Amino acid sequence: MSSDQQAHGLDKDRLSWILTQMVRIREFEERVKQTFEEHPGAIRGHTHLADGAEASIVGSLATLRSGDQVLATYRCHGYPLALGSDAEAMMAEIYGKKTGLCQGYGGSMHLVDTERGFLGTSGIVAQGIPHATGAAYAAQIRKQGQVVLCFFGDGASKQGAFAESLNIASLWKLPIVFVMENNNYNVVTRSEQEDANAAAGEPLAVKAKAFSMPGVTVDGGDPLEVYGVMHTAVERARSGEGPTLVESKVYRLSAHGNIIAPPGVPLHYPEHEAITVFGAPEEYEAALRGDPVPRFRARLIGDGTLSAEEANAIAAAAKAEMESAVRFAWESPYPEPEEAVNYVYA
Amino acid sequence: MAREMPYIAAIGEAIHLEMARDESVLYFGQNIATTDDDPFLAAFGHDRVRVTPISETAEIGMAVGAALAGYRPVVELYMAEFMLVAMDQVVNEAPRFRYMSGGKVKVPLVLKAGYGFTAGWAGQHTGSIYSMFMGVPGLKVVLPATAADAKGLMATAIRDDNPVCFFHHYLLTLEHGEVPEGEYLVPFGEAAVRRTGKDVTIVAIGWMVDRALAAAERLAADGVDAEVIDPRTLAPLDTATILESVAKTGRLVLVDQATRHGSASAVIAAEVADQGFDSLRAPIKQVTALDATIPYSEPMERFVLPDEDKIVAAVHQVLGSAPVAA
Repeated sequence: MSSDQQAHGLDKDRLSWILTQMVRIREFEERVKQTFEEHPGAIRGHTHLADGAEASIVGSLATLRSGDQVLATYRCHGYPLALGSDAEAMMAEIYGKKTGLCQGYGGSMHLVDTERGFLGTSGIVAQGIPHATGAAYAAQIRKQGQVVLCFFGDGASKQGAFAESLNIASLWKLPIVFVMENNNYNVVTRSEQEDANAAAGEPLAVKAKAFSMPGVTVDGGDPLEVYGVMHTAVERARSGEGPTLVESKVYRLSAHGNIIAPPGVPLHYPEHEAITVFGAPEEYEAALRGDPVPRFRARLIGDGTLSAEEANAIAAAAKAEMESAVRFAWESPYPEPEEAVNYVYA
Repeated sequence: MAREMPYIAAIGEAIHLEMARDESVLYFGQNIATTDDDPFLAAFGHDRVRVTPISETAEIGMAVGAALAGYRPVVELYMAEFMLVAMDQVVNEAPRFRYMSGGKVKVPLVLKAGYGFTAGWAGQHTGSIYSMFMGVPGLKVVLPATAADAKGLMATAIRDDNPVCFFHHYLLTLEHGEVPEGEYLVPFGEAAVRRTGKDVTIVAIGWMVDRALAAAERLAADGVDAEVIDPRTLAPLDTATILESVAKTGRLVLVDQATRHGSASAVIAAEVADQGFDSLRAPIKQVTALDATIPYSEPMERFVLPDEDKIVAAVHQVLGSAPVAA
């Protein structure tokens, strides 16, 4: 074990847990992507994958304790998986089945698992940020030491919802950490084309200064570095000192989402925008070389935390779990059509 | 026991009573509780009562989040138009979460907003925009026309497990009415028949209820017996009471301060045409604001709004009697 890991107080079980969750998320996302060939038409609408962000997601969630809460965006498969949601129910939701996590009402963009602290997502960019801020207000006045993690992308930081929420969170010293997953692209637009800080060559974390809160930039490809930064931010939130903006730099390894096309056109994942739009395959290839999942696996094997056999077993278990999730989703029944009018009102 | 009190005080009383009854009720928004002697702050403390910046998206979005986390926020939004700044939160966030989660969560919150301030506030603070929200599945829309309903509907709104838009009329703010003391709840989806009559049904919304009742008195002098119905809530809408009345009178006049196209009255007209056509002995008439922005200058403002004369004229028209010059 390296001194870095010891400094974070992470024992072998915890490190192994982090790798396991990263591998599970990657395998889940690979199977979602594969579904477009395996079961054409099974997934409708728009899916968004977390491949490339696993280290950021798991390193962040590893800092939480029972009772803490998480809200995120339409790119939401990773969080509930790591929080313990059932992969079968999640995949079934994406397949639109009755057995889905939300019975087929929400789909890929709207996973919710309140029992595991995953309060939900908004499919509209940045609009979940005030929801998380409101949950943090609730946590503050409930006085049970809960912390809320609010995940969103770099694109969201140009929305009014971001500015309004960070202002109030800082003003009220709410127990929240704003985690901006900066993958340098809002859909097909690069950050430097739409963000004044990026254009000026500054990290996006400088936005925190406008709200008098700490802003930290971290390598979101390194789960332990993420863990360290998030641990500080979560403890600050828990102790009543207020929010932190963490800019976690990740590289999304898939395109923004599957192609947008009317029914009849088979859906699939195109290549990354670096290739399809910007003619920069070298950028994408560099990102692949830095892929956080094999990187962390190699590190744990390299420093003797895990044996290759143990790491292989983690991969094999994830493969079997997600194979079973796909089979479950595929074989599950659809909801009855008339169920569509349930849950309109409480 | 009931006592006389202003409409706005009745709303405040309901919020106060519900906050005393249920610790999960929160009250926050712009320009409230800025001093320690604020009655809400004094009674319930800074945890539950907070002034916010002018940040409608955050205010309403935070209400959604606090509701997801188990609380019942009431958001003070001042003016209905300010909701437009945060339209996504009102229309595409708050009412979607329960449904999209397959019933896993609920979002009980109240958006308290004044509307229709047609007293020289010109184009941006005078709209009657409630119909924009009545067609949104998952949202409830409430428009009290009396002080008693203001109290009873607010109490019901706070106890409701869904997002509720509570629209109070600015010109009713200081109108006094009899208001029951203590716990008082007015159920949603139950229209009030404000005046019974056999010749014509007048359905009037919000501020228009009093105009319709005044028109009905004038009509009575002409020998016309008008029934006046106040829907009180637009979502849910009590179409049954309206249809029942139309079955009796055979004639329907709808009075709505909103602009004509896309108004609540247009929706009610469609429902009656769809479900009660056989009862009708004359075409349905709508008395609405003209399809114009509300002008500043008083003669023009008066011109675009529905009023007693226009209601009386419409009733004469559906009765086939001599129309009265507006």
